[in-house]
Amino acid sequence: MTSKTMEGGQAIIRCLENEGVEYIFGYSGGAAIPIFDALVTTQTKIKFVLVRHEQGAAHMADGYARATGKPAVVLVTSGPGATNTLTGIMTAHMDSIPMIVLTGQSVSWMLGKDAFQEADIFGITMPVVKHSYLVKHANDIPRIVREAFHIATTGRPGPVLIDIPKDVSAGPCTADLHAEMDLPGYKTDYPVDNETILSIAEALAKSQRPLILAGHGAMISGAGASLRALAEKAQIPVTTTLLGKGVFPETHPLALGMLGMHGTAYANKAVCECDLLLNIGSRFDDRIIGQPARFCKDARIIHIDIDAAEINKMIRPEIVCVADAKTAIDELIKHVPVLETKEWRRHLDGYKARYPLKFKRQGSLKMQHIIDEFYKMTGGHACVATDVGQHQMWAAQFYKNESRHNWLSSGGAGTMGFGLPACIGAAFGRPDDTHICFVGDGGFQMTFFELATAALHKLPIKIVVLNNHYLGMVRQWQQLFYDDRKSGVDLEGNPDFVKLAESFGIKGFNLRRPGDVKRIVKSALDYDDGPCLINCEVEKTDNVFPMVPAGAALEDMLVEPPSTKLEKPTGST
Amino acid sequence: MPNTDKNMHTLSVYVSNKPGVLARVAQVFARRGFNIESLVVSPAIDGHFSRMTISCSGDPEGLDQIIKQVSKLIDVLHCVDHTFDESVVKEMGLIKIAVDSEGRSDALQIAEHFGCKTVDLTPESMIVQIVGDPAKIDAFEQMIAKYRIIELVRTGKVVMSRGQETT
Repeated sequence: MTSKTMEGGQAIIRCLENEGVEYIFGYSGGAAIPIFDALVTTQTKIKFVLVRHEQGAAHMADGYARATGKPAVVLVTSGPGATNTLTGIMTAHMDSIPMIVLTGQSVSWMLGKDAFQEADIFGITMPVVKHSYLVKHANDIPRIVREAFHIATTGRPGPVLIDIPKDVSAGPCTADLHAEMDLPGYKTDYPVDNETILSIAEALAKSQRPLILAGHGAMISGAGASLRALAEKAQIPVTTTLLGKGVFPETHPLALGMLGMHGTAYANKAVCECDLLLNIGSRFDDRIIGQPARFCKDARIIHIDIDAAEINKMIRPEIVCVADAKTAIDELIKHVPVLETKEWRRHLDGYKARYPLKFKRQGSLKMQHIIDEFYKMTGGHACVATDVGQHQMWAAQFYKNESRHNWLSSGGAGTMGFGLPACIGAAFGRPDDTHICFVGDGGFQMTFFELATAALHKLPIKIVVLNNHYLGMVRQWQQLFYDDRKSGVDLEGNPDFVKLAESFGIKGFNLRRPGDVKRIVKSALDYDDGPCLINCEVEKTDNVFPMVPAGAALEDMLVEPPSTKLEKPTGST
Repeated sequence: MPNTDKNMHTLSVYVSNKPGVLARVAQVFARRGFNIESLVVSPAIDGHFSRMTISCSGDPEGLDQIIKQVSKLIDVLHCVDHTFDESVVKEMGLIKIAVDSEGRSDALQIAEHFGCKTVDLTPESMIVQIVGDPAKIDAFEQMIAKYRIIELVRTGKVVMSRGQETT
């Protein structure tokens, strides 16, 4: 196509088609009407999903991107429509999710004049986007859309916002839809330095207790198979971050599961005792390193990351490699010898036997029990979305992931309300797969209005509300560190979630007794007429262990409930 | 002239000449609590690009992060720390001094010593223009402070690498 005249809004839709967009998640409004009109007049095959709140649209796009690996698109109007996406944009930014957010804007001659529904969304979102545009001429649209997708999906991915004044989306666009990009300051080539690779291989060869830490960067890079080949060839144990779950099969004999604040005891002990840590694509988040000065203090640290700004940010590694994870691993494999790690692995296997993740199947109903049952019945192959809090950590511990794109969790941002819409977005992207949303009663009520979206599209999602009538993680902290002074955590007044689901036309189950777990989980998984919800009345005051208090070192991990009172944590959260 | 104050830095940032770029760069500093002491922005030879010279204070480790995060911005082509190299560093100042006929010749003598130009003269005041490295302007300020300084405007530093090196 062509330089024939079309409206700016139509050009946007055509450009999105050229980028292979399947879905747009959004909400209409005055300043975006020309773009919504173009959805009709262009007779596009792109499907528009009308959500119930713009935050839902942003999280759906996020979930879609995480579950498919493809960039996702949000379309909303100006002012409050745009600002409602902010939490979703921030969430995507923290977790490096490729997302394009199109916002309508007041007409350009009213910019900065407090027009109706005007918000400076370009300015407001600046700290939480990878890049952003305010489109001033319709003829810039093809170039900008192309650049936006390129920026969102390459290097370290992230959200890109395009703010489009109404006169631009309604104005004539005569530009070639296949415009050239103009990004002189943006580089996407990360040549792997051979000497660095050799020095990493040499360090590994000298190591007796090596450990690989794999993060989201390895996942994004599609390094799963390469990572597995490296670990198996050199016989190196692997621990993953929360967002790295699935980049290495968690049931693999070399897998140690997740490390960090609520990681497995054996992963944290491995970090404390290793003599070499090879970090591939993790940004040494404060939730995994605890106290930086005491992190891995006897180990040589190697950091491979595509983002140079992550190097030396939290930890000062001995060897650094700014590169794409997969490319670096593929080079490294060629030079790494088979390491003699039998004793080290046996030692760690001892920890696995001594400190297994565990819970009681009797007595009160436990979240872990339900999550574990879903894991067993789906063989770890469902696409799992979580919200944020205790259930998220238990899901990370007990729902073991075998492959990538099956673990959708707000890691960096810790956004409550993320789970349900993210699960919905994932189900749009992968309608033939099983989708499970583990969500607490707190987070569920932040975005439950998207039940309407799930019901309308009959999405195959299992919404598991792990209902303890508390904001459980904060309550846990208050119990452990603040003499059990509960403050702002009691969710009295929760609705009847089954009735709520039914009012949307969604099948609901109640689960109250451990003896019913198997039967009800099976019923939910067998249910095939759209979404269903299980309200699980779980133990109200259970606590997540292991736990590393915020700001403490990993070696100070609590494997079990402490018998003495704990000092208030020094870390931020 | 190399800067000896460990916490004062001079960065040169080469950017696309577009709206919003300054805000993006400034935000990286603000987020980490770095104060920008002076900032000069002007178009480069190629008008599609601009040159920013930023003087700021803060700990060196934090600055290292800032340089990386500024470099990471899509509209930034490069960001170079000139703090410890031998680049040419110049600044201009305009200083309005309250001086009548009595003190004028002494004031003019000091100004002349520093190579200043007198750019405005009235019976009660004069404006002198001084160009040089920032320390020279500081020294002039001190010397002339025996007269009342009515106003003082400094442009902030501009930096250029010597010889074949690019800024």
